[in-house]
Amino acid sequence: MTSAVSFQKVSRHFGKVKAVDAVDLDVAPGEFFAMLGPSGSGKTTCLRLIAGFEQPTAGSISIFGERAEGVPPYRRNVNTVFQDYALFPHLNILDNVAYGLMVKGIGKAERHKAAEEALALVRLPGFGGRRPSQLSGGQRQRVALARALVNQPKVLLLDEPLGALDLKLRENMQEELKALQKALGITFIFVTHDQGEALSMADRVAVFNDGKIMQVGTPQDIYERPSTRFVADFVGSSNVLPPDFVQRYSGQHRWGSLRPEAIRVGKATRGDGVSARLVSANYLGATTRLALDADGLRLHAVVPAGTKLPEEGEALVLTFNRDQLHLMDEAG
Amino acid sequence: MRSDRSQKSPLGLKIAAGLGLVFLHAPILLIFVYAFTTEEKSYQWPPPGLTTQWFAVTWNRPDVWEALSLSVRVAAISTAIAIVLGTLCAAAVSRSKFFGRETISLLVILPIALPGIITGIALRSAFALTEIPFSFWTIILGHATFCVVVVYNNAVARFRRTSGSMIEASMDLGADGFQTFRHVVLPNIATALLAGGMLAFALSFDEVIVTTFTAGQQQTLPIWMLEELIRPRQRPVTNVVAMVVVLVTLLPILLAYYLTRDGDQIAGSGK
Ligand SMILES: Nc1ncnc2c1ncn2[C@@H]1O[C@H](COP(=O)(O)OP(=O)(O)OP(=O)(O)O)[C@@H](O)[C@H]1O
Ligand SMILES: [Mg+2]
Repeated sequence: MTSAVSFQKVSRHFGKVKAVDAVDLDVAPGEFFAMLGPSGSGKTTCLRLIAGFEQPTAGSISIFGERAEGVPPYRRNVNTVFQDYALFPHLNILDNVAYGLMVKGIGKAERHKAAEEALALVRLPGFGGRRPSQLSGGQRQRVALARALVNQPKVLLLDEPLGALDLKLRENMQEELKALQKALGITFIFVTHDQGEALSMADRVAVFNDGKIMQVGTPQDIYERPSTRFVADFVGSSNVLPPDFVQRYSGQHRWGSLRPEAIRVGKATRGDGVSARLVSANYLGATTRLALDADGLRLHAVVPAGTKLPEEGEALVLTFNRDQLHLMDEAG
Repeated sequence: MRSDRSQKSPLGLKIAAGLGLVFLHAPILLIFVYAFTTEEKSYQWPPPGLTTQWFAVTWNRPDVWEALSLSVRVAAISTAIAIVLGTLCAAAVSRSKFFGRETISLLVILPIALPGIITGIALRSAFALTEIPFSFWTIILGHATFCVVVVYNNAVARFRRTSGSMIEASMDLGADGFQTFRHVVLPNIATALLAGGMLAFALSFDEVIVTTFTAGQQQTLPIWMLEELIRPRQRPVTNVVAMVVVLVTLLPILLAYYLTRDGDQIAGSGK
């Protein structure tokens, strides 16, 4: 099966800045694909390469099997939901949504009907007569989505679409976007720097750092089996364990990771394990996050709320199942 | 909340402001009054009598019509040239980064900062050097130098406020460069262009200094008026023409003022 989007050793350098550097990528048709990474890691540049606003300085891009280099944005069957929505202030909502059909020469009655349907799809029926300035941030976001979807793109690109929304609205929109993607079967490529958002929504996640992809995999892969220290650290604050420590438990001199919730915390009297002292406890609602000091190594553990907490400075013993200890690709 | 809004301005300040306004506008009213005077050789205060005969006299003088027609044609063509060049220039300066961009921006604005007499002398010597005879077109060239600036200034401000991602959004939705210009860029800068164009028209219409250096035997309306003041015959005709000039230039300026004010609100609310 041909990939929806495929990158072969794609680079986009701006002078000395390697915004995207020798990236290989395959997104399957109908997939919800997330690009996750810190600020400046090249996510937006990747999207712009797919949309056609940037040309690669090396490598090749294909979209559904067709070479994309040199094809202008308006001839690609790809649409974008921009981070600042980029609605047209001089047009009302209906004409904003119908814009793509208008420039394709579709008649007024037909394109307005399609736009109404798209607005209903994003749950904004009857908003067509308003101006963009008369909508809330969340509503503008939906209009931007409808404006892209009305063109029935093969690939929809979303650049931090929920970035400007408050927490509650964000969570609602996450669910809606996911449901919409399932219903329409369009390939979604979704950029975010929020790991929770990427893990909860995507079929697969690519973790970016410094213009390179560090790891691609399912949310479980990324979360439980990070391949590098960077991924372990960035995706959900795993404990990163140095090679000397890992060798004692696995026999291999490699970097390892251990999820905070895999650590059991007990009193010092309970036999063998890693001896540690409690540094601080952070109440997080459903859980409490403990910062521990094991002979100079800082570890984090998570215990359910309601557990009786040890005193600060108290001597403790940490235990974990050895199969929870994940060995990373990096050797010591 | 502005706290000073509730405070009353002191009486002294009000009187000063009133006097200022009288000082600015009384001479203009005086011109209007003299358009109706019965005394044609000198400006006598108070006017010995009032009459409307000068309107008829003005209407029947071919030299007035010639000058008026020349001024209108010059202003219209200079404005048209300014709109095209000023918009293109503003688009280049605000849309792309290139070497010497700031310098170009400064060079475009310079003609309006320079005294008109410098522009006039420079153009005159340039025409003499290249042996271009003075004509309708040399006047237009002179006027275009400052008309371009006015349009450019208006357009560049609006371009800055039109977010670049709007143009990308248009391309993304399938519009090519021309369609994007027609459906997105133009509607967003239209009021700015109209305002710039009207100001340019008004500036060109009453320009004297540059025109004296670049015109040959032809007389634009303001130059005709200057000449006319020296003649001691039918003086109120000049005043009638002055009234017309005030109206012709004031209306576009007022309209431009309202258009840009309105445009600010439209462009600002899209964000
Ligand atoms: N047009 C450009 N010219 C020069 N450098 C650029 C350009 N566009 C991006 N860059 C650089 O490329 C790098 C990657 O930028 P990019 O916008 O792709 O990051 P990002 O992952 O989207 O970050 P964020 O999460 O902050 O949006 C950055 O260092 C940025 O400064
Ligand atoms: Mg970005």
